[in-house]
Amino acid sequence: MNKISDDISKDLKDQPKFSSDIGEVDQEHHTFDIGEQSNLKKIQHFLHGNPTIVPVIILVLSVIGFGFLAGGKFFSAFNLSLIVQQVTIVGILAAAQTLIILTAGIDLSVAAMMVLASVFMGKLSVEMGIPTLPAIVVGLVSGVATGAFNGLLVTRLKLPPFIVTLGTWNIFFALVIFFTGSQSIRSSDIEIQAPLLHFWGERINLGGFVFTYGAFLMIGIFIFLWFLLNKTAWGRHVYAIGDDKEAAELSGIRTDRMLVSIYAVAGLVIAIGAWVSIGRVGSVSPTSFYEGNLDSITAVVIGGTSLFGGRGTIIGSLFGALIVGVFSSGLSIAGLDVLWQRFALGCLIIIAVGIDQWIRKVSN
Amino acid sequence: MEPILVAKNLSKKYGKVVALESANLELYPGEVLGVIGDNGAGKSTLIKVLCGAVTPDSGEILLDGKTVTFTSPIEARTLGIETVYQNLALSPALSITDNMFLGREIRQKGFMGKFLKFLDKKAMEDEARKRLSELGLLTIQNINQLVETLSGGQRQGVAVARATSFGTKVVIMDEPTAALGVKESRRVLELIGEVRARGIPIILISHNMPHVFEVADRIHVHRLGTRLCVIDPKKYEMSDAVAFMTGAKEAPQS
Repeated sequence: MNKISDDISKDLKDQPKFSSDIGEVDQEHHTFDIGEQSNLKKIQHFLHGNPTIVPVIILVLSVIGFGFLAGGKFFSAFNLSLIVQQVTIVGILAAAQTLIILTAGIDLSVAAMMVLASVFMGKLSVEMGIPTLPAIVVGLVSGVATGAFNGLLVTRLKLPPFIVTLGTWNIFFALVIFFTGSQSIRSSDIEIQAPLLHFWGERINLGGFVFTYGAFLMIGIFIFLWFLLNKTAWGRHVYAIGDDKEAAELSGIRTDRMLVSIYAVAGLVIAIGAWVSIGRVGSVSPTSFYEGNLDSITAVVIGGTSLFGGRGTIIGSLFGALIVGVFSSGLSIAGLDVLWQRFALGCLIIIAVGIDQWIRKVSN
Repeated sequence: MEPILVAKNLSKKYGKVVALESANLELYPGEVLGVIGDNGAGKSTLIKVLCGAVTPDSGEILLDGKTVTFTSPIEARTLGIETVYQNLALSPALSITDNMFLGREIRQKGFMGKFLKFLDKKAMEDEARKRLSELGLLTIQNINQLVETLSGGQRQGVAVARATSFGTKVVIMDEPTAALGVKESRRVLELIGEVRARGIPIILISHNMPHVFEVADRIHVHRLGTRLCVIDPKKYEMSDAVAFMTGAKEAPQS
């Protein structure tokens, strides 16, 4: 209620035109005008309405900056396409993570879910001799199942997503160790037994730019999710739940059912990422992508999606992942130690969240 | 004239606390029924039962003469009982259009809508614009403005427009002016008049006596979990109503 009354007190100052005289049919009295604003306020409003602008600006500036810092080597077709290759997996995880964060949740288990799905794919096809395609389907189903499991825990037990996924992160990781006995499935074995698992690692050369099929798939996933979020009722409900769950419930959205479906869709995206990751890494390693959880959250946050839910865009997360890639690549080409890459990334996260907070103040 | 909404002998206990005891209520077509009562009189429980948020222990609700039961606000809404909650139940980060159709979106016709589930944004925008301008609320270009950029009164307008847009039979408004300034309250009271003019009856719950006396056709006074009396605001003073409400004065027999 405080929020609304704040609005009103502001309104009484800002909007003397919104009035009231009974019987007077002056159109001006019914307009929704925002009134006079300072330039800074205008920028704030603009960014508020276009949340993807900030990551785009950071991306462009960092590309230009590292172009100066690291010289022509950074701008080579090889390096630029390498950055895209390197962010493929984190990008796909970030796409899934975006869905969860938009609902005001957070998913710490994304990377463990992905490794678990890749273990199912590799185990079944390479070691148990099951045809590759059914093995992949089992992997995808495991992604949906683990995602829905998270969703059910969040909605049935009413636990915060942070705690649920902290728990399932460890559970999924333990399952990975259990199923693999800590052994990797070697790349050469996969190549012989189930080459289809390496499909998304295939490369294609476009005038010096080398892309994996997986990079295209990542872009495809982002476009698909963009349509889902912006053009369907399901997508609007994702935002509504993150914005104000109680209001969404009163508007007739079955929020618990929606949340489970959101976690399940995220699980499916993650499992697709599992297939891509086998192509990218070559082998299936139980200990790979250990930092994938946090990397995906970093990409989402830098991409301008609010950790408080309801605000942000899926495309922003793609830019966020690319920014992280550009920073890592640029700093290493410029010859800086890995520690400075982490340092820069840390600063970037704090700046991104700071900007987000500032932009959000617009509504108060 | 037959009442459109009737509540008969509604009772509700929370443990040993009796919130409602054989409470009755009748709402007639085209009227604004004010509901007043002291804090703890059970009026918000009464309203929660009518809007589906609380299931009564006993008693029945009749809508258009037929007994209805609902276990959630969604079910009540499907039957045509819409509620404008005190907190408005809007999603601030979504646009006016999105909010008006939240949970009841219009899909595109044909393949795009049926299989790809694409929304028909244009149809929703047109409809939202129509509803808002019917209530005298909007200039046309702003329909995709985010709700959080609106003032409190404007938000109330969007919530009311939403509540009156989907074959609604009854609108329940819970403290619609409680959070508003003087001018904006005025605008909302006008809005209540507009809704009534369109033939939709309203149950108005409010602590604000001048507002209730201004717009209500009849006033239901709730006391100690049940209906004490129904008074005509033209025949009684506000001070009388307050006296009935608090038990300082004997209520008239009706």
